Amino acid sequence: MERVAVIGVGQTKYEQGKRETFSELVFEVATRALEDAGMDITKIDNVVSVSSDFWDGRTISSMAIQDAAGAYGKDITTVEGDGTFGALYGMMRILSGSFGTTLVVSHHKGSESNMNGITNTSFDPLVERKLGLDAVSSAALQARRYMSKYGLLEEQFALVSVKNHGNAKRNPLAMLPMDITVEDVMNSPMLATPLKKLDCSPVTDGACAMVLAAEREAKKLSTLAKRVWLKGVGHCTDAYRLGDRDLADTRALKDAARRAYDMAGVGPADIDLAEVYDAFSYMELLWLEGLGFCDDGMAAEYMERGVYDFDGDLPVNPSGGRLSANPVQVAGLAEMAECVLQLRGEAGERQVEGAEIALAHGINGMCGQSHCVWILGR
Amino acid sequence: MTDWKDEVEEIVFEGKIAVPYTWTVGSTLSKWYGELRDNAKIWGNRCPSCGRVFVPPKIKCIECYKDLSDWVMLPGTGTIETYTVVHYEEPDFHPKKAPFVYGIIKMDGADTGLVHLIDEVEPERVKVGMRVEAVLAEEREGTIMDIKHFRPIA
Amino acid sequence: MGNRVGVIGVGQTHHASKRLDASGVELIAEAVTRALDDAELSIDQIDAVVIGNMDHFENINYVDNWATDGLGSFMKPVFKVTTGGTTGTTVGMCGYYHAASGLFDVVLAVGWEKNSESDTQAAIATCANPVLERDPFAGAIGPLATEYSMYMKAYGATEEDAALVAARDRNNALNNPYAHNRMACTVEDVMKSPMLSYPIKFLDMCPRSDGSCAVIFASEEKAKKLCPKPAWVHASVVRHDYTHFGDLEWQWMPTLETGSAAAYKIAGITDPLNEFDVAELYLPASTCGVKWMDSLWFCDKGGAPDLIRKNTFDMDGVLPINPSGGVISTNPIGATALIRIGEAAWQIMGKAGERQVPDVNKALVTGFGGCSWSDIMILGADLP
Repeated sequence: MERVAVIGVGQTKYEQGKRETFSELVFEVATRALEDAGMDITKIDNVVSVSSDFWDGRTISSMAIQDAAGAYGKDITTVEGDGTFGALYGMMRILSGSFGTTLVVSHHKGSESNMNGITNTSFDPLVERKLGLDAVSSAALQARRYMSKYGLLEEQFALVSVKNHGNAKRNPLAMLPMDITVEDVMNSPMLATPLKKLDCSPVTDGACAMVLAAEREAKKLSTLAKRVWLKGVGHCTDAYRLGDRDLADTRALKDAARRAYDMAGVGPADIDLAEVYDAFSYMELLWLEGLGFCDDGMAAEYMERGVYDFDGDLPVNPSGGRLSANPVQVAGLAEMAECVLQLRGEAGERQVEGAEIALAHGINGMCGQSHCVWILGR
Repeated sequence: MTDWKDEVEEIVFEGKIAVPYTWTVGSTLSKWYGELRDNAKIWGNRCPSCGRVFVPPKIKCIECYKDLSDWVMLPGTGTIETYTVVHYEEPDFHPKKAPFVYGIIKMDGADTGLVHLIDEVEPERVKVGMRVEAVLAEEREGTIMDIKHFRPIA
Repeated sequence: MGNRVGVIGVGQTHHASKRLDASGVELIAEAVTRALDDAELSIDQIDAVVIGNMDHFENINYVDNWATDGLGSFMKPVFKVTTGGTTGTTVGMCGYYHAASGLFDVVLAVGWEKNSESDTQAAIATCANPVLERDPFAGAIGPLATEYSMYMKAYGATEEDAALVAARDRNNALNNPYAHNRMACTVEDVMKSPMLSYPIKFLDMCPRSDGSCAVIFASEEKAKKLCPKPAWVHASVVRHDYTHFGDLEWQWMPTLETGSAAAYKIAGITDPLNEFDVAELYLPASTCGVKWMDSLWFCDKGGAPDLIRKNTFDMDGVLPINPSGGVISTNPIGATALIRIGEAAWQIMGKAGERQVPDVNKALVTGFGGCSWSDIMILGADLP
């Protein structure tokens, strides 16, 4: 199978209340990604955009941004979901042999929408929606299940928030760099037990773009220094209704991770850093188990021992994670961009020394029903 | 030289998507709601191949992808697998004012859990493993709220 | 054109104005079950799934997760794609790219819509830029009506020409058991039907429907093993060039013109009118079935009325268009363009029942939607 590389990335700063329109944001990141790749838009063969009709308040959400993505006279398509899935489709289109390069773009303005109302619409209008569930209350159900299954404590979850907001201090793009303590998290307003405000990711605006290229094109278009290989990917979806599954069982993530590791020919022990979808503090720990970094139920203990700290054995979310910035749809692509910067040695103050192989992880749906796992490497 | 954007008064438009919806419930859930509304009974359905029982009923078995033709009446009791006490307000779509409790109740006689409200108990006293029973609403319309909530079995 | 992929199975629901007997998930299950039966496969043999619809028609977020029970996608790789009216071809093309990538061998692509669940035009109106174009926007019919009036003025096309197309597609639907509207129809019936937006009349226009379609794609090796006569994908091209309605070209259909030219080049087609044996085209209104013939390079600009009046595109004509009855007969929007792929595939596979065109070797498929966007796919009985 031919290899596919990321040869350019572009991101906006992640913040609330951005004044740019969707197309201005996409133009900004598409331009940056092309500059980073040292190429112009004419060398882009096709475009994959990632957006959500719900969060945009606009049906055919791709229509708002395709001119900004340089899609005139080109094939373009739109994935609705996390950016990791968009990058997957962008890679598939290259592997098909039809295109040599793909520009993947994603945008999100959470501050223009009603987050809870929108996540409420993920629930079946025929059954659960009337109960008024949303992302926070359903995550709370998952967090409690995770705690009771393995005897975990809220304070252990709080360590994730402390770590990630702290990591964000080294990331000029992150929205919420903060010096907080476990006590700060425990004292923050309770939203739905056991989740408090500082256990939850914020509403964020932002955009991200990435240039993918087939090996033959990558070698022509980019320098060695800029090239990061997409070594492995896997995606998988669990059951839909919350009661259909044990919310603390990460079987779909394990399946996706296995596919990605197999394709890349590596295992969890080979990973130098991981960007994981921490929409809520407990999720980082749960997903780390599903990704095979430790046995089920053990991530909290490893967290306590500092294994996932920036200077630990496996730095997790050196970018600050979604807890520090969560532009939904964009988030997974931003994780991949962070991995690219880390692997290139371009991560500045937050550089993980000697990073050779990185992992990025995205989710779709409530309580992480659907997962996409990426392995990137030099 | 100033950037012209610095001088611009930023305008914001407010808008709303105002599209009314009428959702077709379909054969499977219509039967389920019909039984709830008219006979005050909670049913599940069972896969003829692997024997799994689902509530709310499914149209096809999740493992076997076979049609689920067998209906099974459930006692309406179960065990709390997980719960949360909601403290924030969302007046547009929350069923009640905070604080209130959601739970996933592993239903007796079925292989799945049902998500619903837990009530008639102080939120602080709700526990994983608690035995609960469904309380049906007096006026029922054929929706999930025909079950008013679950309460601890005395 | 890249790696080779064939369509090996198709399933559709019986489309209707309101399927009160089936929820969205039930419609999806119907189409998927029929596609699996058509291909003689079990759900276990599906390696990946892709689904599409237009969110605001049913107001369900993360449809790829919500539809799990009907899709049979539990513990499988799944994601969602959506691009307005072109969603169906977007979904089909996504299925194609999945299988062509080498990552998945057998891929299920599903499009669906329950248009009965909402106000279609109100939901469509939200596609327009809220700051610049949404307030004066008139839904889907306005732009289509405007472009045909300009075509009539420029080239002498008439309302009767459009009526001929409407009658053709509607009568074709009588042979299609899955079609939503199945009615005998004369030119006079069309001309007498109520005016919607000059010159488009009620019987010139497509309905909105409840329905679903599932198409199974397989990589070359698997397709050869699993299917006696796959419909091979020869070309796939997308041109979604426009964002604002005010930017459109009204005298011809630019995206269809450039898109089809690119597709013909990939597939080695130089004389489309004679080389294609059948065409399933996304014609949302009969007027498109006149004007857009130019843009498909069937004739010079303005030559379409002549071809229409000579019955060129009838079932016994040079190039039968829409034996299924087309979009005018059936329109569950997220599925509509995928139905074009499914119907064209059945024509090649010889499974089109009473609407079968004899000896189909090459089929043309188009998708339409958004701001005058075009998708083009070419299928063939032989390997590309």
